Order: sequence, then structure tokens, then C-alpha cells
Amino acid sequence: MVLANALNNSKKQRQPLLQVENLTKVFGSGKNEVIAVDDVSFEIYPGEIISLLGESGSGKTTTARMILRLSQPTRGRILFKGKDIQAMKGVDYWRQVQAIFQDPFSSFNSFYSVHSFLSKAFRLKGNHVSKSQQRAMMEEAMKKVGLNAEELLFKRPHELSGGQRQRLMIARALLISPELLIADEPTSMIDASSRVGILNMLMDLSRNLGMSIMFITHDIGLAYYTSDRLLIMNKGRIVERGPSVEVVENPTDEYTRRLLADVPTLSKRWAL
Amino acid sequence: MKNLLEAQNLKAYYRLVDGIQIRAVDGVTLELRPNEVLGIAGESGCGKSTLAAVISLTHNPPLHVIDGEVTANGFDLLRLPKEQARREIKGKYISVVPQGAMNALNPTQRVRNFAIDMLQEHQPDMTKQDAVDLARARLQELSLPERVLTSYPHELSGGMKQRTVIVLSTLLNPKVLIADEPTSALDVSSQRAVIRLLMTLLDEQIITSIAFITHELPLLRQVADRIAVMYAGKLVEVGTMEEIIFQPQHPYTKALMGSMLVPERHVREQRIEGIPGVPPDLKNPPAGCRFHPRCTQRIEWCTQEEPPPKTVGDRTTWCWLMH
Repeated sequence: MVLANALNNSKKQRQPLLQVENLTKVFGSGKNEVIAVDDVSFEIYPGEIISLLGESGSGKTTTARMILRLSQPTRGRILFKGKDIQAMKGVDYWRQVQAIFQDPFSSFNSFYSVHSFLSKAFRLKGNHVSKSQQRAMMEEAMKKVGLNAEELLFKRPHELSGGQRQRLMIARALLISPELLIADEPTSMIDASSRVGILNMLMDLSRNLGMSIMFITHDIGLAYYTSDRLLIMNKGRIVERGPSVEVVENPTDEYTRRLLADVPTLSKRWAL
Repeated sequence: MKNLLEAQNLKAYYRLVDGIQIRAVDGVTLELRPNEVLGIAGESGCGKSTLAAVISLTHNPPLHVIDGEVTANGFDLLRLPKEQARREIKGKYISVVPQGAMNALNPTQRVRNFAIDMLQEHQPDMTKQDAVDLARARLQELSLPERVLTSYPHELSGGMKQRTVIVLSTLLNPKVLIADEPTSALDVSSQRAVIRLLMTLLDEQIITSIAFITHELPLLRQVADRIAVMYAGKLVEVGTMEEIIFQPQHPYTKALMGSMLVPERHVREQRIEGIPGVPPDLKNPPAGCRFHPRCTQRIEWCTQEEPPPKTVGDRTTWCWLMH
């Protein structure tokens, strides 16, 4: 408790990067009304890695979509560096806040090659980089995520595997190096032995460049390994929050307890 | 009691145009023993689902069995006439829940029609009413709601759909259930419910053994008696659950176990390193041990000759370091 207070105090001295205040999203109306996100508040500090953890239908992706301005909140607001994101210019916002989705390429124009997909990152950044420099930077970013640029640069989305597409999204995020990265199940199609390498890369990026990351995931192991803090979401509400080790080792909420009990671990065998 | 199913030096390749072959399963020898859960583990493209398709006789071109045999219940399965396999083996001796099975339920049909089709396929003389009664009795026995039979698939949750598929696939009390990633798209609570159902089917002796195919080793820690680890079309290590999870010997098993992100203290106390590189192209796999290009412990032998199996007790390892 003392530790938590000290942590809170040190945080208060810093300005949060993102503040989510009383965020609510209601779909439908009348008797078809579904409250997908119900009065959710939290903040993300610069350089911090947090995870919004929940099962399917918990409202975690809807929350992420509102943070990315892909969906309008029904109530509440989101501040980025103290400014309401609805009042910001889209390009300015997305230059600083980027997302990795589970499979973004599935909704992409399949006539775009990997090259044109990545080169849009430079347009978004707005700073002038020569074509040859761009190419070198793309190749480097692809190499970092374990993709062979020579083989893949002019391939189209449907010619890549799910894992390759996810790696490519991460390469694009590397090129943009935003201040806040929203990563929605970014490695769900990547095998365990390669997944850790990619997560390490994102964690290094956060450590070295001060980038904040919010993972949106159902994978408790991933959240626990990467994150400073966890927010546990159930039925639209945040039911528990705190430093990762505390939440996992001493969960106080009933739902969190049940969730953790159902995750297969190595030390214990379930009583079935 | 003898083994329920045996694969001997099984080779199954995908034959593409221009004579190109993908050697997805390349010389696998493995047995399923009575009263066990055998985990078959490995990452994408290692051949585990191909192996599942062949041993359940559900493989189709372009996948072809090139060599080896599969024996079960005294039959040489791969040489059994199709009609006989359908009448005497499939659904009755071996049943399979393929990957993504729960999404293969016909969305325009009530679930009971799947039960009727399934049962009449294997027992043509069974009436519709008998089929539905059998399914209802089994659901009751397993404390699952009968209403699933009159439901459409979209009215059921993912976990319930998967449990329904498993129950209906085992109505004829097959000895062997082959389950390919039965829980991979489910939330952890539904996952546990599916696992509980599988264990109940074993306890009630509705089925005798399970081949449980998954990429998730922590899950096998929960359910498996033995685990077979595959890499690039071959087995690298087979042993008891404790041996594979807690004392892996093969460098690939060790590295794979080391990459598991479970919510336990040791995971946060160190930087976990995955395995650099990617698995080999199975059109043209490397000589020697197939893991050698990514192995940190390789010696010269590994690049030249395939490691022979080394068996100690219940464990067999295919690695030159063991010789």
C-alpha cells in the first residue's frame, strides 16, 4: 500500500500522455441497447507499458477504437497531452498515436504492395526523406521484425502469411515510431518461439525512445511479461487495476481470480 | 492391452505442380497407448495437423501418404478399402475433431441434424429419432443442456459449440479421439470447460485415449500423460509430460519451453529469448538434423547426418548430443 502510494505520488508529478475519462459506448437503443464500454477511466504515462486485458466481448477493442478515433464515445472524453482528441486534427493525432491490429491487411486494398504500404508511413510522418533513404529504412525495419525485404517488398497482402502481415504492421510502427502505440493482439498469429523476440523489440523501443504502449489482449502471459500495469476488463468495466505482479499474484476482484485460475500455467496442474 | 494406434515411419507429402513436394510429415513413428492423453506439440508448419489428418484417415489430395503404415484395431488403415474404413473405423474406432470444427457446423441447420447426419453416415440403419435420442441421452449424461440440439450454431457460444461438436463426434464411443487444437480460439474459461469435458469422456470410458494436438505447451502440462514434440515434419523428442515440460533434452524442446509466456514470476525475472530464425522450407529441408540451422548447440555431425533415435525409459530423443 505504501509502495502503491509512493508510485501514485511519483506519477502525479508527471503529466499523463493519455487520459481516458468516464468513457462509455452504447450500441443500439431501447431493449437492444448494449453497453459495450461502461464508465471507463484510466491514464497512460510517457514510456509506460500497460495492458488492457479481457476476454472476448469485454469491451477492450471498443475502448481501443475510441482511443484511435475510429469510433465516437457515447459519453466521456479522451485527452492526449491534455487536449481533447476530438478537437485535434486527424493527421496530427495519428502521427503520434499508432495502432497494430490483429490483421489489418485483411481490410487493406490488396493491390498495394508491401512497399507502398510501408512508404505511406513516410507520408504520414511528413518529414522529407529521399527515396533511397526510405528504401534503406524500410529494409532495416523489415529486418528487425524478421522479414526478408528482398523476397517480400513487392509482394501483395494475400501472398503473405498471417504472421508475416503482423510483422509488417510492427515494421510500419517502427518506421513511424509514435509516442503511443495501441497494440491489439499484435502477435496472435505468430508462433511462441518468434513472438517473444517481437515483444522484446517493442519493449526495447519503449525503453529506448520513451514510447508508451497499450496492449489490448486476452493473453495474460503476454500482458504479464510486457506490462508495468494491468487493467482487467469485464463486461465493459475495469474491474481491477494495478502493477502487473500485484494483480497476478494477489488478485482482489472475483472475476480476476477466476480468470487467473483458468489460465494454464507450468507450476500447477488443474484439478479437473 | 496393446497400443490403440501406431504410426510406423509415416511419410505424408503435399504434391504440388511441377513435381514439387512439401515433406510435411517425414518419417514419424509414434504410438497411442490405452488410457492416455498423448500431446502432439509443435509450431505452425511442423506437420502436427498433417499427422492428425493421416492417422484419422481424413487426408485428401494434394496430401499423399508416401511411405509407412498406420495400424489400429488389427487393421492396416492406409490400405483399408474406403468403404470398410467408413463402416468399421471412422467414428467407431477413431473419431476426429479437426481444427476449427466448431465453425464447420452448418449455419442453416439445427445442431440435431448434424447428429443425425453423423450417425447415419456410420450406421445407415439408424432412424432419425434414434439418432436424436442417443444424442440427447449423451448430453444428459455429461450434464450439458439438451437445448443445443434444437439450437442453430449461431445461438451457441464458441465454447458450447466446440463442446457440442466433441460430444456428437464421440456418440459411437470411439476408442481414439484425435483433437486438433480443440481450444485454440476460445477464452480461457471456455477452454477449461472443453478440457473438463474431454477428461470426463475419458473417466466415463466413453473414449479410451486422446491424441491432443496443440501449439500450447502449458495446456499439455494440464492434460497430457505423454508429449511428442515435432519440428519441421519430424519428431524431435517424445517423453512423459514431466520429462518434456520440466527436463526437456532436445535443444528445440528446451528453446520452445523457454519461450512460453505464462503468468508466473520466473517470466518477469529475466528477459525471455525466443528462437532466432525461421523453420526450414519443407520443399527442400536441410540435411542432417532439421533444427541445426537454428540450434545453438550444434556440432559438425548435426549438419551432415540425421540423428538416430536414442531411447531411455519412456523418452526418445532425436539429437546427436544424446549419442
